[in-house]
Amino acid sequence: MTGRFEIVAAGSAVTDSPAPATPKNVSHLGGLPNPSAAALAGRFPGAVERVVVIWGETVVFVKPAAVFEAMQWLRDDPAQQYDFLSDVTAVEYRDFEQPIEVVWHLRSLPYRRFLRVKAQLPKKGPLEIASVWPLWKSADWLERECYDMFGIRFTGHPDLRRILMWEQYREGYPLRKDFPLRGRFSRAEQLRQALAQNPETRYSMEELSVADAFEDLPADMRKRLGTGERTGE
Amino acid sequence: MGLIAPSGADIVSYDPKSQEGWVATRLDFLVNWSRANSLWPMPFGTACCAIEFMATAASRFDLARFGMERMSFSPRQADVLICAGRVPFKLAPIIRRIWQQMPQPKWCISMGACASSGGMFDNYAVVQGIDTIIPVDVYVPGCPPRPEGLIHGIRLLQEKVMNERRADNRIREEINPDPSSELYIPPSAINELGEPFGNSVHQNRSAP
Repeated sequence: MTGRFEIVAAGSAVTDSPAPATPKNVSHLGGLPNPSAAALAGRFPGAVERVVVIWGETVVFVKPAAVFEAMQWLRDDPAQQYDFLSDVTAVEYRDFEQPIEVVWHLRSLPYRRFLRVKAQLPKKGPLEIASVWPLWKSADWLERECYDMFGIRFTGHPDLRRILMWEQYREGYPLRKDFPLRGRFSRAEQLRQALAQNPETRYSMEELSVADAFEDLPADMRKRLGTGERTGE
Repeated sequence: MGLIAPSGADIVSYDPKSQEGWVATRLDFLVNWSRANSLWPMPFGTACCAIEFMATAASRFDLARFGMERMSFSPRQADVLICAGRVPFKLAPIIRRIWQQMPQPKWCISMGACASSGGMFDNYAVVQGIDTIIPVDVYVPGCPPRPEGLIHGIRLLQEKVMNERRADNRIREEINPDPSSELYIPPSAINELGEPFGNSVHQNRSAP
């Protein structure tokens, strides 16, 4: 990972590799694990709980406390180079005893590898885990969505707030199993709260400078707008 | 315009024998005729109904036959708001604001099952019918309605426009929501409209 906008050719790190093809006759369980899983277990002996190969894809269960270090190593180690974070999400199982799983989908373009990393958060403890935003900027909105839908707090995220539901949404986290399908409030109360939101508080800087929601902005955004900052990058 | 029809609304205003006199009724007819045949739609397309709406505007069904080919993407130059598709709660204040920015006289067509009743999306995120947010004149059923269905709804709206009278001031008055609840209809009516129906009655609101 040298330059910020380095062009990476897929499979460039693998010498004389065959052209990628769709695998056939993939078994449900078992199969050849991704070599990165064993490398990760060797590098962080206590952190990797188990490795499962399911439908030909490798799932690595990592202890929640070690997630950031493991991810950083996976990204920066020259033999791994997982340079693309394609998804951050979570899974809650219907069995209440099962912990909530946070899932990261990593892809290594130079090695043409795919790795699924999971961390299990027990429901009794706080649902907190380290943010990987310092490693991959794509984690920004993905972690916000995960926080919005599951209530998992990503420590170190620069701007952790709701993304799909509006920010004053108070009914909870919709994808949790204890969340009723229609929400907790009556329809009239839901509508009243939805109509009370100010849709202009989170526009882009250019739009905000002319919007009448200026006074409703957080103090730091007001300050940044006041000094003439714009989003054009 | 209003949710309740004015008394005597069934009187055809361009009937020469009506009590408003020949000149007034002829003027009504002229004004209504020009209005009904130059409705500028404000498209509010959020889902697959918008695709059918686009098909209605395209060459085969040709919305221009009804004087509606000019889509007004500014609400301030629009006459009729066509809400095509589901409206999530996050969009509720936006469609409300668009409606309030439209000048009188204005009308609203709720196109499709989702806009009219929430449709299959009986969940925490979707408004159960846009008539809980803004007044609606014509509901077009269907999932999504075919262009013929939308055209039928437009013809119904034109018929409604043709039957308006200048003597009735209400078409020029803005209907304001109740200041305490910010809603056009009482919360109890909204809860009633949002009640589950069909297969979804087997689910309840309480957490398991």
